[in-house]
Amino acid sequence: MKKISSVYSKNREVGRLLLIILCWLIFMSLTQAKKFYTMPNFLTMAGQFPEYGVMALGGMLCMITGGIDLSVVGTANFASILCVLLLTRVFGVDGVMPPAFSAVLFLVVILIGILVGSVNAGLVSKLKVPPILATLGMNQFLTGLCIVMTGGAAVSDFPKQYCDLFSQAIGGVLPVRLLVFLAVAFLIWFVLEKTTYGTKLRMYGTSARAAEFAAIDTGKLLRKTYITSSICAGIGGLMMMANYSSVRADYGSNYTMQTILIIVLGGVSPNGGKGRLSGVVTAIVLLKLLESGINRFRSVSTYYVTLIWGVVLILALIMDYMGQRTARDH
Amino acid sequence: MNNSVKRLFRSNEPYIFLIIVILGIAVQIRSGQFFTANNIVDLLSALIVPGMFALGEFLALIAGGIDVSFPALASLSAYAVTKLLLDREYQGNVFLAFVIAALIGAVLGALNGLLIGYLNLNAMIVTLGTSSIFQGIMQGTLRANQLAAIPAGMKAFGTTALFRGSNAETGISSMLPMTFLVFVAVCIVMYLLLRYTIFGRGIYAIGGNPASAHAAGFNVRRTKFLMYIMIGIIASLSGICRVCMMQQMHPTNMLGMEMNIIAGVVLGGVSLIGGRGTLTGCILGTFLIVLVENSMILLGIPTTWSNVFVGLVILIGVSVSAYQTMHVRRAKSMNTKEAA
Amino acid sequence: MANSLLKAEHIKISFGNVHALRDVSLEIRPGEIHCLAGENGCGKSTIVKIITGVYQRDGGTIEFAGKEFGKITPIDAINAGIQVIYQDFSLFPNLTVEENLALNTEVASGKKMIHWKKVQEIAREAISKTNFDIDLKAKVEALTVAQKQMVAISRALMYNAKLIIMDEPTTALTKKEVKALFDVILQLKSQGIAILFISHKLDEVFEISDRFTIFRDGKLVATGNTKELDDKKFTFYMTGREFEDKKFEAVHISEKPVLELDGLTMEGAFQDVSFRLHGGEILGITGLLDSGRTELGLAMFGMRRATSGRILRNGEPVVIANPGDAIRHKIGYVPEDRLSEGLFLPRSIGDNIIISEIDKLTRNKIIFDLKKRDAEVAKWVQELEIKTPDPGNASTTLSGGNQQRIVLAKWLACDLDVLILNGPTVGVDIGSKHDIHNILQKLAGNGLAVIIISDDLPEVIQNCSRVLVIRSGRIVKEFQSRDVSEQLIVDAMM
Repeated sequence: MKKISSVYSKNREVGRLLLIILCWLIFMSLTQAKKFYTMPNFLTMAGQFPEYGVMALGGMLCMITGGIDLSVVGTANFASILCVLLLTRVFGVDGVMPPAFSAVLFLVVILIGILVGSVNAGLVSKLKVPPILATLGMNQFLTGLCIVMTGGAAVSDFPKQYCDLFSQAIGGVLPVRLLVFLAVAFLIWFVLEKTTYGTKLRMYGTSARAAEFAAIDTGKLLRKTYITSSICAGIGGLMMMANYSSVRADYGSNYTMQTILIIVLGGVSPNGGKGRLSGVVTAIVLLKLLESGINRFRSVSTYYVTLIWGVVLILALIMDYMGQRTARDH
Repeated sequence: MNNSVKRLFRSNEPYIFLIIVILGIAVQIRSGQFFTANNIVDLLSALIVPGMFALGEFLALIAGGIDVSFPALASLSAYAVTKLLLDREYQGNVFLAFVIAALIGAVLGALNGLLIGYLNLNAMIVTLGTSSIFQGIMQGTLRANQLAAIPAGMKAFGTTALFRGSNAETGISSMLPMTFLVFVAVCIVMYLLLRYTIFGRGIYAIGGNPASAHAAGFNVRRTKFLMYIMIGIIASLSGICRVCMMQQMHPTNMLGMEMNIIAGVVLGGVSLIGGRGTLTGCILGTFLIVLVENSMILLGIPTTWSNVFVGLVILIGVSVSAYQTMHVRRAKSMNTKEAA
Repeated sequence: MANSLLKAEHIKISFGNVHALRDVSLEIRPGEIHCLAGENGCGKSTIVKIITGVYQRDGGTIEFAGKEFGKITPIDAINAGIQVIYQDFSLFPNLTVEENLALNTEVASGKKMIHWKKVQEIAREAISKTNFDIDLKAKVEALTVAQKQMVAISRALMYNAKLIIMDEPTTALTKKEVKALFDVILQLKSQGIAILFISHKLDEVFEISDRFTIFRDGKLVATGNTKELDDKKFTFYMTGREFEDKKFEAVHISEKPVLELDGLTMEGAFQDVSFRLHGGEILGITGLLDSGRTELGLAMFGMRRATSGRILRNGEPVVIANPGDAIRHKIGYVPEDRLSEGLFLPRSIGDNIIISEIDKLTRNKIIFDLKKRDAEVAKWVQELEIKTPDPGNASTTLSGGNQQRIVLAKWLACDLDVLILNGPTVGVDIGSKHDIHNILQKLAGNGLAVIIISDDLPEVIQNCSRVLVIRSGRIVKEFQSRDVSEQLIVDAMM
């Protein structure tokens, strides 16, 4: 009995989100069953959420440290634009890209991630700059570089085999982008739950000062964390590039807020120290289901999606507040 | 005397001021166009909207909170007012627009205030959520589109010059719109409020130590609630100024400004942990960002580089001030030991 | 009987099922210095909160200045003339001294505007009452702890206080500052103000108070004149146990020194510190708060960098640039501020114990081995007798003494050769203090080299085999503790 209640209390966020998902699915089956419950619709959803989903996964790690990464979108665009420049340089504007070359693109993304993440982490751990400002400045700077490289316009002339490769679904059921997302999610779950990194990360998020006195190498810990976040952002950038068939300095600009919303909704405390992958993944799925579901109603403006996200976030906060109050009363 | 000079140089303002002057001189050397009447007027006019937003953000930061919802809030109320007056074909002056905007701003700000003040929820997350809600209401419920025409009163207000500055050499002249008066008025009100009212001192007290503020007899919840209402009002006024100056209402082009505004305020020495910072610093920091954004052309740098430079200014600025506080703290711990 | 300022009788209060106070009484006479003592959790802060109207009592009567207190609010208590100075002083660090002094009065007056001239007047008047000399325009965050305390006291005096309650006021003060504080307290007494002084430091109780009251487990165990009290009785009343303080004798001293400092210097903190430490020894380092003793400890642990000089381990010079290096060289450090530096308070006891050795608890160097972890946690909980039903509970659920054991366990788990402790029993109650001393003596008996940095002289003399005295950053004296007295050490410190 004690075990059950402790499992529940550990997974309260996930449980709550699953409940909302269930209600929503029932509501959709009552109102828009035919349009919503179709294979193509689910395939579309599965192809779309990974791009911001993967960014949210990386951002989650930063938030567990008590920090935040506001440079994800800038990093994503920076990575995708550099990749396009590389592709056109190597293969020409309308050349043919061999599938194996995508490995090189991933390598580029990893290098960018290491660079951007190290600078972010350095500012936070060495100079003690508040993370919100360090990553904000970084985002501004990277976005600026993107504008300089593209002149601010969209670049859509590059070997399109890349987009085809990333937009297909294996066997017609498993979109490549989803596969990449799952792989990243698995890796992050593994380091967070199966290695000592997760414990150290949460301890650091609880008290950075005590972590230093406990001889945790905090500089290294933050470096790992921000680099992972930047790499995830870069991968998100690769997905956006495939999705839009083009790159631009201001693509996905609302993803900054959206990823933070997802992370918090997934039960990660902005004060640090607390957070699980399962919560964040559930939040990602929930948001996509909501968005896609609303889009099925022709009479409802798609902009209501933003409204509903906001309401869901505030509701989650209020539920938390109520939960804490009753917990205190007992 | 000596003490107060020392105290001055321990704060951020003189350094920011120095950087602004150096930047100004650099632009002057490069283009000869900095200290010209029209450039100064242009800069001041570019400061109006960010400056007012910064004042609102300043309040939130001083109380130990933060607000990222003000661009959405300002867009929503400015859009609603413009649309309402257009539909009614209102021909009167701009005053009514400001009054309605202030009312809407107060209601929207009250939502933030309720959640942050009375329920004591995390300010960053709450305003993130309400930002989504405001944007959703504007674009979803009101189906906001660009409004190319604006009511006559607002149009007049935005085109009437408070004064003009012209450059004798180039013959280019710029005007400072009447909206500048609104900015100045808000500055003065804020100064008086923060300096001479118990409410204003309460905001500082709450930012310094919320528990002590409660013990000292401040109504912490109500103070925060009222403060977010004020932030809503200031943001809405700023939104109307923006519409008047642009001569059109674009629902989304204010969105995304929040981060640069926060950066400017923090550059001016306002602490993210609350309680510390001055109005002068807040305006100087914001002015620095405006200056960098607007001086690219004069420096002969293509405008495409503007984001790069703003980003660099933020990164370097916050690094230097973080480094400084780290050293001051270390030096201080030594000092107190000597005194002890 | 009319001669009492505060008379609280048969006070009861419970929170849920916990009876925090069961029938306690407290009587304070006008103009006396009364000491309230007891171990953590004995109910001494609860009764303060009842007297000041923060908590409502379940039973009993309170009479203050001849008037019956019914249900009271904090404002009522202030108006009646009761003031509390909490350990955090309830000041606003970001505001100036004058504003801190005047703000409460200004808010209470119900005015909407602030008159800065009035603020200055109020502030001047406030500091004149205690002859306290300070720059009124200075920000409170720039003051020393003692100055902050004086601001808090000056503020309290503005309400025509008849009773001032001070919650462990000497905790963060230097010896000199404590003396100054006692002078102020005596001055207040001469003005007819009663002081309720909460402390568990023996020597202070004896020095300052006229009468005392001791609580244990929510019950009154003793009250009377301080003159009739002695060490033994005091300890017995506090803990309900009798202790025999065992003097430490170093028996198994290693042949070669395990740790050597050679001319270690940190600019502005300490200069040219040299000593040798052998395994099996307990070395005491004592000095005033500003003597550089803490910086010396931090430098040996790599939290601060020394500017010159060498550290040698087993005769080999080593570089200790960060705590990671220190652990690799088998040096551990128990920090001064347990709550913010030593522990991850909301985290589990288990996580706190294993955090520093966590990288050893893996399979194939990658997978975090939870079985090994749990075994390690269980081992140390048992070894150090940490009193908890479940090591998965948060560290906040434990008392100060048990929390300190977690910090000890964390370092012992790292298999160290040298353990440095800074103020190992600050804020720990007498019973646990005794136990911690026993643990340290046992560890040294097993060959560990221990350094205790402390200004608790009885602790140093009882537990250390040698004592170094540091003054203004220099080691000025070395004593063998078997032939030293407190007075000799104090003379060297000052």
